[in-house]
Amino acid sequence: MSRITRFTSYRHDSAMLPTTTQRVWFGVLILAAVILPLYLGTLVDGRSWLILFATAFVAAIGAIGLNLITGFAGQVSLGHAFFIGVGAYTATALGSPAVHAADGSIDLIGFDLGMLIWIPAAGLVAMLAGVIVAPLAFRLEGLYLALVTLGLVFVGEHVFRNWDQLTGGMGLGREAAQLRVLGYRFDLDSEIFGFAIAREQQIYWLMLVFLIVMAVLAKNLVRSKDGRAFAAIRDRGVAAELMGVDQTRYKTLAFAISSFYAGITGALLYTVTGFIEPSSFNLLLSIAYIAMVVIGGLASIAGSIMGAIFITLLPKLIELTGLDALLGVIIDWIPLAEGGSGEPPLSSSQLERILFGVLIIGFLILEPLGLYGVWIRIRNYWKAFPFSY
Amino acid sequence: MTAHAPELLLPLAALAPETSRFLQTIVEGISLAGIYVLIAIGFVIIYKSTQVLSFAQPALLIIGAYLASYVSITLGYGFWIGVGTAVLLSGFVGYLSERAVLRPMVGKPVFATAILTIGLDIALRVVAGDLIGVNVRAIGTPITSGFGAPKLPWGDTPIRWGDLDGIGGIIIEPRVFAIVLTAAVAVGGLVIFFNKSRWGLAMRGSSFDQEVALAQGVNVGRVFSLAWIIGGALAGIAGVLAATSFTGLSQSSYIVALKALPVVVVGGLDSIGGAILGALIIGLSESFTSTYQAQYLPWLGDNFSQVVPYLVMVIVLLVRPYGIFGTEEVERV
Repeated sequence: MSRITRFTSYRHDSAMLPTTTQRVWFGVLILAAVILPLYLGTLVDGRSWLILFATAFVAAIGAIGLNLITGFAGQVSLGHAFFIGVGAYTATALGSPAVHAADGSIDLIGFDLGMLIWIPAAGLVAMLAGVIVAPLAFRLEGLYLALVTLGLVFVGEHVFRNWDQLTGGMGLGREAAQLRVLGYRFDLDSEIFGFAIAREQQIYWLMLVFLIVMAVLAKNLVRSKDGRAFAAIRDRGVAAELMGVDQTRYKTLAFAISSFYAGITGALLYTVTGFIEPSSFNLLLSIAYIAMVVIGGLASIAGSIMGAIFITLLPKLIELTGLDALLGVIIDWIPLAEGGSGEPPLSSSQLERILFGVLIIGFLILEPLGLYGVWIRIRNYWKAFPFSY
Repeated sequence: MTAHAPELLLPLAALAPETSRFLQTIVEGISLAGIYVLIAIGFVIIYKSTQVLSFAQPALLIIGAYLASYVSITLGYGFWIGVGTAVLLSGFVGYLSERAVLRPMVGKPVFATAILTIGLDIALRVVAGDLIGVNVRAIGTPITSGFGAPKLPWGDTPIRWGDLDGIGGIIIEPRVFAIVLTAAVAVGGLVIFFNKSRWGLAMRGSSFDQEVALAQGVNVGRVFSLAWIIGGALAGIAGVLAATSFTGLSQSSYIVALKALPVVVVGGLDSIGGAILGALIIGLSESFTSTYQAQYLPWLGDNFSQVVPYLVMVIVLLVRPYGIFGTEEVERV
């Protein structure tokens, strides 16, 4: 039996984890996340699951960033892929060695610095890009902003494709930065106090730590004065201004912080796979992040994490559920498809994209609060069980 | 995405002698503008009538083009039947999208519906892309594939004017005439429709104020449907015209519709006149970049002309935040 929580102060109401139950379960969740690799490490395909989870954690950082600007501050940005790209290439240029051509000229820019330098640098450079773009945000309202940020993705993609010395050029790409702190490599198998630790386990833990730090920072931001200012601008910009919220200042701040998160994501995301291709930073990547935020739940940090994990695990989930075969059959029913026999049904990436679309539509219509809303409803149902109705 | 973008322009301008390049570039810009106008007006009509910025136009565009190609080439029914089917069915897909997906969202924030149409676009585009397949498809022309088709100046032979080796010589592909003519007829027809017909009046009324229109007995639901049918059909026609270029129809043909978004923004989201002006600005700047950038500003990279629309859009928005003819939003507290 749980009792209804009564908040007696604003401080209590806005606490990160207001009730003991939440604190306990949060602790259990963190603990489970920390010891998961020990279990997965023993499985046959456990390593691929660990990599998938690590990718999901990094993606969650980016999703939190997008949610800060779109969910909390109400500025729809389709340009997240651009900021992720800026972060990724800042990190790569700083964190991987330079490559010289045979005649001694520079083929790929690189400074071979440690992680302690390239991670903050990636965030800061992306943040700078965000601050440069922000003036558009407070000149433009609503849809016009979405369209300009859409343009940003295309312009950014063009630059990435053509700046060969930085990106390695289209179709070639280059290796991502090395996860190296003071000479210690996180991206290699190692041994600590006699325990063998796999590369995947190390990466998983590292990314988990980053996610927890960034999520706690974001949660603290949104329950502070700045977070309330974001919400005020989202709900009614003019009214916020009349109450003394400086729109220009807070929109710039929202853009800066959101881009910082995107930059960190960009820096870390490709270290997991170890490789960056310049055409990855396209509109589809932006849309994937929008899908994470919408499906996870707008204006919810926990929702962003759920959405990111869900979207990142989606291909694996499709594979496990056999959904690809099912949808392939449906597509073959469409009478216009020619032949049908010779051509393969939908590839998994096509299926993934269809599901992106369908899930975005479904969640927006049926559950605008996203997975977070679903979770709240399930929780409330069981809270009052068996008298829930 | 831009690297796979279909190059709509015939490289005629690049081949022509120096003296003719300028005129040739203008012709190419105008033919691009014609395609952009058709797509852009679809955006504007949907936005004005339903307050939805439709990111689903790219999907409707390639669905239309695919249907035209399927009916006219694969089934062999000829060009005109193919185009007719394309227009009708892409309008119908527009109708279905509105009815099934957007109607439940009436009254929700514009962002939510805009994001929703992105979802719609992705889902539809994957299906259309799967149907198109990996190979480039042709649309056909009235002369080679039609039986008893009227002899429009739209065959395989370009029309040549002037001395090609001298000053002012120019080659105009027949499809350029077709594009300009279609765009002019579509725009003219729609202007007459909006100004003279009862439904046009109803659409103007509900774009002005939906509740007042409802109170006057306008069936706003049907206005929404009609707007999406027109938007879908226009995207379908534009898809057919875009696919008549020598690059044909491929999975990445949808990019044209994304480049028409800057057109709408430059002109103003809710202005048909603005869409025409915006299309000319974007079309010409794109074709001029395509002709001259490689020669004069090569460091801007390959295919730079593909991102010019977005750059023009950003510059225009910095000067005029609601586009050239867009209505400034007055916000109430």
